[in-house]
Amino acid sequence: MQTHLSVSQLEEIYGAMALNRLLEERLVNLYRQGKVMGGLYRSLGQEATSVGSAYALAPGDLLVPLIRNLGSVLVRGATPRQVLSQYMARASSPSRGKDCNLHFSLPELGLYSPIAMLGTVIPVMAGMLMAERLKGNATVGLTYIGDGGTSVGAFHEGLNFAAVQRLPLVLVVEFNGWAYSTPYSRQCAAGTLADKAIGYGIPGEVVDGNDVFAVYEATRAAVERARAGGGPTLLECKTYRMKGHAEHDAQHYVDPEELAAWRDRDPLARLEHYLDASGTVPAARRAELHRQMSEALDDDIAWVEAQPMPDPSELTNDVYAVPCGTAEIASAEAPATRSAARLAEAPATRPAARLADGGI
Amino acid sequence: MADPRVANGTTLTLSPPGDPLAEGLSSEVLFVEAIRQALFEEMERDERVLVLGEDVGAYGGAFKATEGLLERFGESRVVDTPLSEEAIVGAAIGASMRGLRPVAEMQFIDFVSRAFDLLTNYAAKSRYRTGIGVPMVVRGPSGAGVHGGPFHSQSPEMYFVKTPGLKVVVPATAYDAKGLLKAAIRDEDPVLFLEHKFLYRRVKDRIPDGDYTVPLGKAALRRPGKDLTVVTYGAMLWTALEAAERLAAEGIEAEVLDLRTLLPLDETAVLESVARTSKCVVLHEDTRTAGIGAEIAALISEKAFEFLDGPILRVTAPDTPVPYAPTLEEAFLPDVAALLAAARKLADY
Repeated sequence: MQTHLSVSQLEEIYGAMALNRLLEERLVNLYRQGKVMGGLYRSLGQEATSVGSAYALAPGDLLVPLIRNLGSVLVRGATPRQVLSQYMARASSPSRGKDCNLHFSLPELGLYSPIAMLGTVIPVMAGMLMAERLKGNATVGLTYIGDGGTSVGAFHEGLNFAAVQRLPLVLVVEFNGWAYSTPYSRQCAAGTLADKAIGYGIPGEVVDGNDVFAVYEATRAAVERARAGGGPTLLECKTYRMKGHAEHDAQHYVDPEELAAWRDRDPLARLEHYLDASGTVPAARRAELHRQMSEALDDDIAWVEAQPMPDPSELTNDVYAVPCGTAEIASAEAPATRSAARLAEAPATRPAARLADGGI
Repeated sequence: MADPRVANGTTLTLSPPGDPLAEGLSSEVLFVEAIRQALFEEMERDERVLVLGEDVGAYGGAFKATEGLLERFGESRVVDTPLSEEAIVGAAIGASMRGLRPVAEMQFIDFVSRAFDLLTNYAAKSRYRTGIGVPMVVRGPSGAGVHGGPFHSQSPEMYFVKTPGLKVVVPATAYDAKGLLKAAIRDEDPVLFLEHKFLYRRVKDRIPDGDYTVPLGKAALRRPGKDLTVVTYGAMLWTALEAAERLAAEGIEAEVLDLRTLLPLDETAVLESVARTSKCVVLHEDTRTAGIGAEIAALISEKAFEFLDGPILRVTAPDTPVPYAPTLEEAFLPDVAALLAAARKLADY
């Protein structure tokens, strides 16, 4: 690993990766206490891909994460309180308790929510970039897809459209080896997913997804090319999902030796090794940063736990810009009176007559 | 094919006596031209409006609804896309989220199935989940009657009426086609806009030269009547009006209500009409099961039961795909005779 990043940049990158891991460890504890309402999808071992790629964007650029890109949203400026509020379904969450985990948007940070249907963010991001180009802005967009997600149609349609339009899109394929329990061998027959770029007429590159500097440099080059009008790039970042699909999944289908081999390539440990060897952000400084983050997280969790869940009245808010009401009949004639009058008229005869005719 | 809705070679117009809109109307335009004018004028009025779809630019659209737009507005606002409905609707969503007002064309609305996910999961839920509204229009030709076969004749409205967050609009007249499309483009929420292809070159209206809109969510009373209500929308309006004319000759005064918007439904208009007539038949080209007729029957049962003098009837297409052969397609489409039979049955109550 090597880099020309400054010490302050290295501290930012280290801080984001460490916070990614630390916050997620807290989320695991909260999940086990039943305070995270839904599933918890870990990014352990994948932090370098999230942080390195997001760090290459400029202010004003756009990013749509996937569910494991906690590091990306932290780099863009989302706060642990926002993330914790999402997982714990609080009214203080950016989605106001309407959606879970990283499914939230902070447009002021250029951060937009994904949805669970994988690949859909790719054509949506293409449209966002088309709009920015029309407005005369040199805005670049970064989004992600997993190795499993490359099998869906939206991946193809979105990337093809972006390529035809030469839109400034950087698409990171976060290859973590698994789509739930399905290995790559049952997902795709291509030698590498970067090869797919050839079919779209765009550059594709395989990157060591556990080397934060390699991810950063590859993304930065793709961002520069995109901003200069060179169109989309497909970056396949090779990493590994160190946990199950979600916390409930014990990943019994994973070969323990393979898992152990990837544990030795842990991206945070590799970064720390570089920081030690280069003397740029020494262990004592990292310990201090770590302590600050940990204390801040204590406060954040206490704050979020004190927040209410959304009031049930929130249920029907924001379905439409202007609520679509329902109607009640407004008539001078009192229905009950009318009903009584009709009953007096000869109620049973009409249906009986119809039935005698053979029904309706 | 002897389509019951229109005599060969004629165009239908709707100018009921005393229509206040008759004042100041000048040019007479076909339904498809009304659509084109709405797009052109909205793009002139608001630089945020752009059109994207297959063959919408140089070719002017499969039905020529976008003719002349490319020449006027250029290819950055009139975007010829790949054959890729998911990309078209997805890109429209993204463009909307960044402040534009996209109008996405489905070459035939049947193909909106390819973008079902984007519309129902991304566009429809965005405001609710994230607070970011997605003002956009997905428009295209729907409906049968032109021998398009199972994949160029569908009425897919109810797949989307079941999706909170969307609006579903189906104009029946050229006047409404223009006014409703303008209103849809200016609306703050995603709108699915279904243009019945049978009407494109068969109905025309005298419409104002100037700007006007027709509000979404408001039904139109097309013919007053005291004996029963026919609730309908889209091309079936013309079937309903022809049947009402014949019923009048029999002494049965049918009221014809054109829903115009299916989501949100104009409940008030339906309930008030039923309160006046006490009888209701719902007419739609969409298939029977879980068509809008079922929803309207439930609405009336819940909120106007005491006003009813007879069963709520449905005259609809059967629960089949839309067939190709003219004999089969004609059998598929609800016609004046079927509506007359239902109305006479109700009149007996």
